[in-house]
Amino acid sequence: MKTVKVLGSGCNNCKVTAKLIADVAQAKGVAVTVEKVEEIREIMAYGVLSTPGVVIDETVVHAGGVPTRAKVESWLQ
Amino acid sequence: MNAILRLPQHSPRVFLAFAAVLWFLTYQALAPLASNIVDLLPLARDSHLAGAVEFFLYDAPKVLLLLTGVVMVMGMVNSYFTAERTRVLLAGRAEGVGNVMAASLGIVTPFCSCSAVPLFIGFVQAGVPLGITFSFLIAAPMVNEVALTLLFGLFGFRVAALYLGLGLSVAIVAGWVIGRAKMEKYLEDWVQQMPRTQAAAVHDTMTLSDRVQAGFASVREIVGKVWPYVLVGILIGALIHGYVPEDFMASLMGRDASWSVPLAVIIGVPMYTNAAGIIPIVEALLAKGAALGTVLAFMMSVIALSLPEMIILRKVLKVRLIVTFVAVVASGILAVGYIFNAVL
Repeated sequence: MKTVKVLGSGCNNCKVTAKLIADVAQAKGVAVTVEKVEEIREIMAYGVLSTPGVVIDETVVHAGGVPTRAKVESWLQ
Repeated sequence: MNAILRLPQHSPRVFLAFAAVLWFLTYQALAPLASNIVDLLPLARDSHLAGAVEFFLYDAPKVLLLLTGVVMVMGMVNSYFTAERTRVLLAGRAEGVGNVMAASLGIVTPFCSCSAVPLFIGFVQAGVPLGITFSFLIAAPMVNEVALTLLFGLFGFRVAALYLGLGLSVAIVAGWVIGRAKMEKYLEDWVQQMPRTQAAAVHDTMTLSDRVQAGFASVREIVGKVWPYVLVGILIGALIHGYVPEDFMASLMGRDASWSVPLAVIIGVPMYTNAAGIIPIVEALLAKGAALGTVLAFMMSVIALSLPEMIILRKVLKVRLIVTFVAVVASGILAVGYIFNAVL
């Protein structure tokens, strides 16, 4: 079970990113929990400069912009 | 067919060369094409309506084509200038040079206003001086490829170049002034207490074909969002070309109305829209005799300062610093408006 956190202050791109990850996980049958982190201090603790950022099992894998579907698929192998 | 679709991935160089030639030929063909189409329509050649139709048929594809080309190229350029790398370049810079670099990097670093706060904290935390951080934060949304391309496509090279030069000047000078004012203590306490970090950039592993994909992605994202505003702007331009009296706005916002610049800035500051959203308004004002300086001051204040942005920044800045930020930037824009109106 992977824990995915989407970092972002609630802007549209963050919602799109969270939904994309949930969709891909469902399509691939991978069990994940997707959590949105909107508190600025918590986001900064991950050292991310541009949002949306994606954290999988406490490792930052992406920052800035909505990730491509292919990229999301590679995280959920 | 499949081979063509996979070209950007397999031979990005060949694809880029092909795309550039095709883009250029299409661009060249637009003017004669628009003229020929108008000839086919049952309109008197020198009527207002024919003029308006030809204006629209030429300008709409021209501006959209320009925008697509520039956004594609900038999407690729952006992939070299990540926020992380810009931060490394700016950390520990001296004021002056640092402000100029920050404002210029603001043009090429990808920036979304929803990232303003993490970016701000990340810069300050890594030792980018406060004034230099502000220079970046002012230039990034205001002077960008979409604003410049639209101004170039609709109003010509001179207006775009002036916007670029004056926008950068406002960002550089305003950032420098804020830096001189030594306002670090007006950052929120928790920001001041955050541990310092070392600015570091992850090693870049993107290939040229990844960058082409990044270009496609920004065309989809930006042009996909912006095109209705552009069409509305051009439509307004086409419609009022012949139909509303030329000096309709002149007494209100012409160069003789000296209070028009501050009024434009006061109205523009709380408003929020992106560069594309403001274009229809700019088009309408200019066509009707409003002075260029007044209109550009209005455009800058709408894009650079906004109420939602203040509310977001309040999480990291104390009120006094926000007020200073708004006052300094607004004064800069005001000066730009007056200088423009006086010089042109």
